[in-house]
Amino acid sequence: MSDDTIMTPDGDANPIETDYTVGQDNIQPQIGPFGMDIHNPVFLVSGLTIVAFVIFATAMPEQASTMFGWLRPAVTSTFDVVFLFAGDVFVVLALLLMISPLGKVRIGGTEATPDYSYTGWFAMLFAAGMGIGLMFFGVSEPISHYSASLAEGAGSPESWAPLAGAAGVEMEARRLAMAATIFHWGLHPWAIYAIVGLSLAIFAYNKGLPLSVRSMFYPIFGERVWGWVGHVIDTLAVFATLFGLATSLGIGAQQANAGLNFLFGIPENDISMIVLILCITGVALVSVVAGLDAGVKRLSEINMVLAALLLVFVIAVGPTMLIATGFFANLVAYAEYLPALANPFGRSDTNFSQGWTSFYWAWWISWSPFVGMFIARVSRGRSVREFIFCVLLIPSMVSVLWMTAFGGSAITMVNEGFTDIAEADMPLQLFTMLSDLPLASITSFIAIVLVIVFFVTSSDSGSLVIDTITAGGKVDAPVPQRVFWATFEGLVAIVLLLGGGLTALQAASVSTGLPFAIVLLLGCFALIKGLMSEPR
Amino acid sequence: MFKKIMLPVDLQHVDRLEKALRVGVDLARLYGCGLCLVGVTAETPTAVAHNPEEYADKLEHFASEMAESQGLPVESVAYAAHDPAVDLDKTLLAAAEETECDAIVMASHVPGLPEHFFASHGGKIASHAHVSVFVVR
Repeated sequence: MSDDTIMTPDGDANPIETDYTVGQDNIQPQIGPFGMDIHNPVFLVSGLTIVAFVIFATAMPEQASTMFGWLRPAVTSTFDVVFLFAGDVFVVLALLLMISPLGKVRIGGTEATPDYSYTGWFAMLFAAGMGIGLMFFGVSEPISHYSASLAEGAGSPESWAPLAGAAGVEMEARRLAMAATIFHWGLHPWAIYAIVGLSLAIFAYNKGLPLSVRSMFYPIFGERVWGWVGHVIDTLAVFATLFGLATSLGIGAQQANAGLNFLFGIPENDISMIVLILCITGVALVSVVAGLDAGVKRLSEINMVLAALLLVFVIAVGPTMLIATGFFANLVAYAEYLPALANPFGRSDTNFSQGWTSFYWAWWISWSPFVGMFIARVSRGRSVREFIFCVLLIPSMVSVLWMTAFGGSAITMVNEGFTDIAEADMPLQLFTMLSDLPLASITSFIAIVLVIVFFVTSSDSGSLVIDTITAGGKVDAPVPQRVFWATFEGLVAIVLLLGGGLTALQAASVSTGLPFAIVLLLGCFALIKGLMSEPR
Repeated sequence: MFKKIMLPVDLQHVDRLEKALRVGVDLARLYGCGLCLVGVTAETPTAVAHNPEEYADKLEHFASEMAESQGLPVESVAYAAHDPAVDLDKTLLAAAEETECDAIVMASHVPGLPEHFFASHGGKIASHAHVSVFVVR
């Protein structure tokens, strides 16, 4: 065959003809004894920007936190309509794609077979997609909405209650709190991940473009996507991923440290946190060097088993019947309040819709290049319908169950007089709740291990993603490169933790959600265009 | 002495393989046996091919050109790995068993400092394969 025709992958597919070859802009410098294979300028620009930001946030922590402390609410409040609207578009598009004939398109060609079993696949997408957040918000968010909804003056402009609140009505406040929490952890976040993941998978496996964020915009920008437009998109993706990971690592270390202090009296100080970050990074390093199958996948599976154990335990020793009936009651409440909660226009509960929803949407969107790319990489061989069902509907149901078990039980317990749960610091609310249940020392220990393993799985999959983007879509760049990124993440987290710039940088990474939200709306057209041209 | 000699090839860096390929061809002539080219690619698009099928096709093309120019039987087998940077050695070792080759000739670079942390592919194969391994530097 001649060199310029593209063969189709397994079975039929409709590849894109382009003169670009993967890695053509890469340079192979020799750094010390290590050979590298990196994209120029994405690697250099993103690396240098990150270093510059870290120096700024550490040298001038006050200016940085003032600036980003202003930037984050400014972005999420001013552009709340954009975020809420974008979130709704993703949900509707994902559901439409699933039921439309386009759902028959298969990632990797009509005859492609899946690379991973359902359990391995599901474990990886769940660990990368949410993991840690469920541990921390599972108890604290429902409690927070519940208290705000129940409080006097709920529904007034000063209130943080969702919608109009339910001042003084316990039953209604509970339904509203659960619906609002599930709204933030259900269809919307997973739809964002599903759309980004599906686009990347289709453009890499079916269209033959490099596995990089820029590829999904080929139908819009054409060949220009290999130029500066693509550099900007990829650099932003690296930036959002690394800062997202580093700040989570830093904040997570604080929270894990608080939990260890609560359980074992381990002192809460910088040394403990640095040791925690070093341990998490160390395990993540072993995992990335062991590779996708032997490292990342295995850890994700361990993680899923531990999470399932904890969930089953809470269901068994908590108010079992209430959780069982609550699951369906919460689903109904979610369905009932969904249109009002998802409405982007003319909201009167601005504290809630801007402070909670808009912030979450920005956060999910800024994480979407990372999670989407990771999901894309492991999803070859799935049909679009199967993909959306497993990336959107199943995880949403798991979120409902998780929130019902943890949040619903916590609300019941608070009403029964365990007010210490609501009074504890946010990171400690989960542990406080577990301590009010039987076998507290075992479950709290599992919870701490889960928190730490969830961080490891985010850190190792994140390093793989950053390495691939900064290598111009190559998944076989030299291993020392991913060691570099995993180590760099840990270092950035430590520096920011000591310098006090963590929240500033979290704000910075959430702020990258705005450009991405707009870019991803464009990406929806690209995805539809790409899918339409595929054989079904 | 040998029935079939396995030659791992990296289609992206064929220029660096010249020496190893020549050794493989010479050994095959000496013992009157065939060659088997083994390539490992990623499932994602690479510089060489847009998908594993295209890669397999290019490898086969390379093998048939070699068979013609050298007058030797040359077969080819392509493997797709989830994480080629890490899974390469494992895949090559499995390939040696599957293709029933009883010798491996492969190129490797001169070891340096990094080899203390990350074993070179040639070194790893030599220490784990059940058959004879000729590492060409």
